[in-house]
Amino acid sequence: MYEIVEGFLTAIHLIVTFDPDVYEVAFRSIYITLSATLIASIISIPIALFLAFRTFPGKRTIINLVHTLYALPTVLIGLVVFLMLSRQGPFGFLGLLFTPGAMIIGQTILVIPIIIGLTYSALVAMDPVIKDTIISLGANYFQFMASILKEIRFVVYATVAMAFGRAISEVGAAIMIGGNIRGYTRVLTTSIALETSMGNIEFSMALGIILLFIALVVNFVMTSIRREAD
Amino acid sequence: MVNKKILLAALLVVAAVFMCGCTSDGGTDTPTATTVAPTETSPVASPEFLKIATTTSLDNTGLLADLKDRFEKDHDVTLQIIAAGTGKALEYGERGDVDVLMVHDRAREDLFMDNGYGINRRVFAYNYFMIVGPESDPAGIAGMAPEEAFVTLIEQAQTNPDVVVVSRGDSSGTHAKEQAIWASAGYNYTSDISGSGDWYVEGGQGMGATLLMANELQAYTVSDSGTFLAYKGDIDLVPVVDEGDILLNIYGAMMINPEKYPYVNSEMAKEWINFLVTPEIQQVIAEFGVEEYGQPLFFPSLGNYEILGVTQEEAESPIP
Repeated sequence: MYEIVEGFLTAIHLIVTFDPDVYEVAFRSIYITLSATLIASIISIPIALFLAFRTFPGKRTIINLVHTLYALPTVLIGLVVFLMLSRQGPFGFLGLLFTPGAMIIGQTILVIPIIIGLTYSALVAMDPVIKDTIISLGANYFQFMASILKEIRFVVYATVAMAFGRAISEVGAAIMIGGNIRGYTRVLTTSIALETSMGNIEFSMALGIILLFIALVVNFVMTSIRREAD
Repeated sequence: MVNKKILLAALLVVAAVFMCGCTSDGGTDTPTATTVAPTETSPVASPEFLKIATTTSLDNTGLLADLKDRFEKDHDVTLQIIAAGTGKALEYGERGDVDVLMVHDRAREDLFMDNGYGINRRVFAYNYFMIVGPESDPAGIAGMAPEEAFVTLIEQAQTNPDVVVVSRGDSSGTHAKEQAIWASAGYNYTSDISGSGDWYVEGGQGMGATLLMANELQAYTVSDSGTFLAYKGDIDLVPVVDEGDILLNIYGAMMINPEKYPYVNSEMAKEWINFLVTPEIQQVIAEFGVEEYGQPLFFPSLGNYEILGVTQEEAESPIP
């Protein structure tokens, strides 16, 4: 109990005094995860649109696969990306292993299924009348897609926020791909794992609280965008 | 109207975070460029980074952070330290993913070098392994020789549920040493020890985490003396067995063979290893932790090659 209270107080102290070590790690976490979420969104949303409005053989299987991959174990991503990016792997020549870039790749893979799946579900659940109305107004292909996305934009925001949360809180892949190098690939989660193993419980608690705080801010931004729109 | 606002807000957030990301670590943009370059354009890897895979004990104790600062002061390089345990470090080395290894398992190091992956090994520090455990010593092994202690541990554990052993279980150097003691005590590790019951906990974590786990379980474990001293303040385990030739723990550094992997930063790797065996740094190693823990965590290799059973060249001479 003492450790938890002490950890909480230390956390507050580190945060209000702008401890450079804590903030550096926190900003790196945000930077890596935001990059990954952006890249994953750019890849996933067109795929979700394609899946929702086209019919082709094997579509059902792909949807099932995407849903299964929601539960993609992060350590498996870590292992596969490690093998791909290692000097002995097919992309070893890039020299990306143990860099923030490699971590962005890992997190991107992690959240792509989530963004595809949830966006797809929203598109399918949409009232068909809206679809017909947009078409009847004479929209071309891109106008149609843009209008559809506008209709489900709040689901997309929520999906992206959820993907962000999943990516920033994962530790398995980050430690395998990034190597937890201080000042370079050390992020909030890997830092917590390390500091705890080194017995620095208070520092770990502080980092954990910051992680939670970031999630809170993301959620707050999403809610306020929505409220403003309403 | 609303849309524009949303777009503006989103853009601002993205811009702000990207700026934060860039300022918080200037390395984010450069590494991709610098690490890509050496593969095609030049045989010499980028001088800005030196990737070191190391046993967790050197990192958990803080020694490596201290040496890193000293080295970076005089050299235009950023050391990237990946603390992974000897087994994983050797794996990284074999794949050519790092430039230098700092490990402590002579047998596997020899194999690594025989297979042509590592060259120019230098021994730079040593200390001793110890069996640590609860002060009450439920198995009654205090003062025994390591092998005798292990035999007693496994025998006591069959009847006394208070006798628990936590193993690193991660093919680290410490784990290798533990297996060597079991072998020396007459057991087959794979069939007699590993997975043989609740008394034997295979933690699968670094040295520090394993000590904390053993402390929670009030169990016995094998630790290097350096990490134990560094963690002593956080745990109430005590050294129970700390004498025996088999407990010698030798730390070696070697570079990855550039003939095998031409892109490794062998120039800086050589500088780093030679830096470790300089008399000044040997002195730093000898004094590291004395102020904080009351005794040194590591002993220097300089002048001690006979204790270590290595050639004088390996313990003291810089790589030519």
